[in-house]
Amino acid sequence: MINLVYNEMVKITGKRRLLVVALIIAILITLFTYAQAQQAADNRERFGDVDWRIALEQRIAGWEARLASGGFRGDDGELELRIAQQRYYLDQDVNPAEPGAPTFVRGFVENGISLLLPLMMMIVAADLVSSEHGAGTIKVLLTRSVRRWRILLSKYLALLLSVSFIITLFGLLAAVISGFVFGYQGWDAPVLTGFSTTGGELDTSGVRIAPQWQFILMELGLAWFVSVVVATITFMLSVLVRTTAAVMGIMLACLIAGTILRTMVSSWETAKYLFMVNLELIDYLEDAAPPIEGMSLGFSMLVLLVWGVIALIVSFVSFTRRDVY
Amino acid sequence: MTGMTGAAAQEEITLSVQGLRKVIGKREIIHGIDFELKRGEVFGFLGPNGAGKTTTIRMLVGLIKPTAGTIRICGYDLHRQFPEATGSMGCIVENPELYSYLSGWGNLQYFARMMSGIDEARLNEVVKLVGLSARIQDKVKTYSLGMRQRLGIAQALLGRPKLLILDEPTNGLDPSGIREMREFIRYLAESEGLTVLVSSHLLSEIQLMCDRVAIISKGRVVRVDTVDNLLAQQERVSWRLEPIEAGMQLLRELAGSADLQGETVLTPYDEQEIGRWNQTLVEAGVTVTEMSRRLPSLEDLFLELTGGESID
Repeated sequence: MINLVYNEMVKITGKRRLLVVALIIAILITLFTYAQAQQAADNRERFGDVDWRIALEQRIAGWEARLASGGFRGDDGELELRIAQQRYYLDQDVNPAEPGAPTFVRGFVENGISLLLPLMMMIVAADLVSSEHGAGTIKVLLTRSVRRWRILLSKYLALLLSVSFIITLFGLLAAVISGFVFGYQGWDAPVLTGFSTTGGELDTSGVRIAPQWQFILMELGLAWFVSVVVATITFMLSVLVRTTAAVMGIMLACLIAGTILRTMVSSWETAKYLFMVNLELIDYLEDAAPPIEGMSLGFSMLVLLVWGVIALIVSFVSFTRRDVY
Repeated sequence: MTGMTGAAAQEEITLSVQGLRKVIGKREIIHGIDFELKRGEVFGFLGPNGAGKTTTIRMLVGLIKPTAGTIRICGYDLHRQFPEATGSMGCIVENPELYSYLSGWGNLQYFARMMSGIDEARLNEVVKLVGLSARIQDKVKTYSLGMRQRLGIAQALLGRPKLLILDEPTNGLDPSGIREMREFIRYLAESEGLTVLVSSHLLSEIQLMCDRVAIISKGRVVRVDTVDNLLAQQERVSWRLEPIEAGMQLLRELAGSADLQGETVLTPYDEQEIGRWNQTLVEAGVTVTEMSRRLPSLEDLFLELTGGESID
């Protein structure tokens, strides 16, 4: 099996798929880093004279006053955490408006999880099986003395390896490239997480502070999960549809439909069972409201898991039974 | 282990096909095919396009699942003992499609990793056998069709198979390439003891390299015989005569049958009698301007064997 997986990796790298993905990611990160640097420069110009330390101290003083007078309607715990969070910036002498590489990585993963990363997975997964049909090499592949399910399994394992590689690369490149501009500080800056919703209200009782590096790891973990599911669905399409272009087209349509549907699901509730509506897992870690009431991190992960498992079963059943012409 | 009993070892059966059928949708494509291949023979699979050659071959190599029937390769059931059965077989189905973005050597390494017991020495041996040593490190996309064909054969021979299945092996090759391929196939059968199954729609090709032939038409094997037997029965003489009507009339009496085809008359060939026929014609005042032995065309053979069914 190791040999078979090795063979599949030879093909993926032979077609320079991983190189293309790495280049796309590197170029995009450079672009966004530049854009964010420009934005920071803009802000500095606009609020140039105001010392950020003084502004931050004023904000903390305001919150503390509110806490003392009991005028805050929400949960006291959350406010205390927010104060603690801001104090960190003062203590560490870090301008919260001018973050370092870690903050960039955090934002980049968050934005990339629903479209950019799935697209990258598509590049690798779309032609994994369909290209063998297209090039006719399926005939030499399936006439080896290896059973078909082992061939497909080796392809899937190679895909999982590639997905893991891309996610790691994504995180590393984002950190390294943006760090050139923003510096590498702020790995243990505090991030608020643990929000949940109950009955339509934001429930902050579970909120806690996590160091930023931990939060980034959580994000990357969720991004990996989403990527694996998207890759698995693309993999299934690659088995079912014999042309790579059609696989890409169908998958693109799904992903783009997902971004549109996400804004409309509030009026179409059953859409929450579609995989493409459930890709933004990271939002659940932060205080954004879910697109539909009742959707939670657990729910979305379960939906994705079910889609992934079904896709995998369909792939194997179809691949092992089908006649090849 | 070949799974062979001692008694069968003398005439070792490398491929045995029994009651092979394939139904697609409601149409029956293959209507029950039986044949057996012995060790060291080159077996031709002859039929027009659309006769079911390719479907049958794809069933033999495991790409298509038969609706009914059994295929045994060196005694292993293809369906139930797939790895063992395909392990004793090498094949090229239609064009030799390999990974064009890898080098020839890269392709062979790739296939070697899918089998056990193939070392670098075997790779070198196979490359040398097909005469690709000079270009083996180049990417396959730079190869000519002939070179791809050779690499395809190298790939098929890599696992030291006992049975080699080649689907239209000379398709797209130039005349010298075709001759080389033919000689190579004969060499494999005679010197290496391989059983080779070759499919083709060209009778001349089959005639030159095969020991036995199965003629397939509309999903059935209509005849299995040695090439010599088939040709002897079907060989004809074409006559160019002046005047043609009178000559044809006379030949019909002499040879039993004579058919007009274009400007020539076709009769069966009979080595003993043909001189006398010619003499009779001349004596009767018919000028024989041309007289030639004609190998049967596939078309003739088909018309004969299938009783009027023509090639598409």
